[in-house]
Amino acid sequence: MSDPTMGSMVTPPAEQPTVPATTVAPDAGTPRRKEKPRGLLGDAWYDLRRKPLFWISTAFILLFVLMAAFPSLFTSVDPSHGELSRSRVEPSANGWFGYDVQGRDVYARVIHGAEASIVVAVLATIGTVLLGGTIGMLAGYRGGWVDAILSRVADVFFGIPFVLGAIVILFALNPPGSTRDKYSIMGIVVASLVILTWPVSMRIMRSAVLSTKEADYIVAARAMGAGPGRIILKHLLPNCLAPVLVYSTILIGSFIGAEATLSFLGVGLKSPVVSWGIMINEAQQFIRVSPFLLLFPAGFLVVAVLSFVMLGETVREALDPKLR
Amino acid sequence: MGRYVLRRLLQLIPVFFGTTFLIYYLVWAVPGDPFAGKCGDRRCPDSYIQFMTEKYHLDDPIWMQYGTYMKNLLQGDFGQNFSGRDISDILITAYPNTLKLALVALAIEALIGLTAGVLTGLRRNGFLDNLVLVSTLFLIALPTFVTGFVLQYLFGVQWKIINPTVSNSPTFAELLVPGFVLGSISMAYIARLARTSIAENRRADYVRTAIAKGLPQRRVVGVHLLRNSLIPVVTYLGTDLGALMGGAIITEGIFGINGIGRTVYRSIVTKEGAVVVSIVVVLVLVYLLMNLLVDLLYAALDPRIRYE
Repeated sequence: MSDPTMGSMVTPPAEQPTVPATTVAPDAGTPRRKEKPRGLLGDAWYDLRRKPLFWISTAFILLFVLMAAFPSLFTSVDPSHGELSRSRVEPSANGWFGYDVQGRDVYARVIHGAEASIVVAVLATIGTVLLGGTIGMLAGYRGGWVDAILSRVADVFFGIPFVLGAIVILFALNPPGSTRDKYSIMGIVVASLVILTWPVSMRIMRSAVLSTKEADYIVAARAMGAGPGRIILKHLLPNCLAPVLVYSTILIGSFIGAEATLSFLGVGLKSPVVSWGIMINEAQQFIRVSPFLLLFPAGFLVVAVLSFVMLGETVREALDPKLR
Repeated sequence: MGRYVLRRLLQLIPVFFGTTFLIYYLVWAVPGDPFAGKCGDRRCPDSYIQFMTEKYHLDDPIWMQYGTYMKNLLQGDFGQNFSGRDISDILITAYPNTLKLALVALAIEALIGLTAGVLTGLRRNGFLDNLVLVSTLFLIALPTFVTGFVLQYLFGVQWKIINPTVSNSPTFAELLVPGFVLGSISMAYIARLARTSIAENRRADYVRTAIAKGLPQRRVVGVHLLRNSLIPVVTYLGTDLGALMGGAIITEGIFGINGIGRTVYRSIVTKEGAVVVSIVVVLVLVYLLMNLLVDLLYAALDPRIRYE
């Protein structure tokens, strides 16, 4: 998945959870069962526990997080230590995944590559949700000209084709040949991902707020003298958060793919940072003679993206009573 | 209806100018000297730089540069790149290839995605249904460049069915595999979209009525069910054309297709701001107009929707 703005489409418009109804009514899915009534979240959890896909994807995600946090648990080889004598040696008992063109251990590099991918994806998702969510909340709650202006601004950013926009932004902020350290490059990549994707979460949040803000309990709260701050924080936010959160799970997956795509194009992360995208980029010239160089990082990348997308899907299904 | 279209067109104007200015500003902010390497190994003579700076208004503030560019653009003049080649000329060579690729991708995703979606929507929870669900998830998780490399390796290198790269002005047959790569993710979405839509409508009252009337299964599905279920799919296909053209950069790079992706990439590196912006202008126009068209089509397909 190279275009995270498409991530919203994993949940096609027709099956977007109609969340106000789900979180507002505490008995959304209970009538079918005789046990004591559960809230929506309890009900969703009841559903999730029964799904093998949920457990499989959670297990994989935990594995990748562990890989990112403690790579030394999996390998003790230095990922940037190269010996040219073993350049492009095929997988064997010594080097499980073989060695790349500079004789670096592919297994160690794949393990260490998890860190960059996951950190970038998680930070970018948090940024997108915070920025898009805040603006969407503001636009939906205020309405009127505030909404009109904010929506047009979102349209402007949404109109930029993702890959093209990312290339331009990254070229501007992180020109080829610049010598920045690992963390500032990561920050720039995160920033460009956030800039190009926030309109999606803004729209989700805005439509959730629009359909919630006329609800009786909001009117009641206002009648009792609650200020806008209290209404937003205590009433709107908890009831509008679910669709944004479901979207963000899927978004982490698509950001992992996007980061790899940008690194692959040579505008994202750069060596000596280790990331799956960079490995695929380096492997592409040798695709004819040593396809295994491409296979392993690509495999890890796909499994990581798949786990997050699958988790998001199962959570969404559990939260959406219509699909039961 | 007329007033709705007018309002939508008016709303497009700020978005159009905002997007193009943003891109213009960003390209302008890319550091580097546009004339580096233009005169061989030596630095360009001052007279040349002065001449070029004046000719392309490079000393003006960004607002004025953008204004001049837009003024010319509205008169149909895209301007020239730094080598003096007309940008409209560059667009004419690059765009048809990308458009062809996007159309092939669109056709493939519509054909395969719809078939899979309709078949699984009619029979939920069967073997085929689970197969399609899992494989669409898998397709969604595969980044385009991975799909591209794997298919290029298998078809082009291993089995030698196709050329790994396509020719300069590719035919539709050559674009089949690149089109599949480009459209693979949307194909998965379409399959899922059609599946949910069909499954939802199958329980609708009008379908029960049609069956009760004794209509043959073919007619119930083909006329009553499909027509109503395909509305979201058609709208998705419409908006996807713009996205496919904008997202073709990677596919074009892998298969060596001479389209806008390559041109844009080269132009960003050489700081040809006007070329980048011109390409984006056309892309954004396609995208915005397709969106508008889809919204109008929506009303035509579904009589319940009326625009005031």
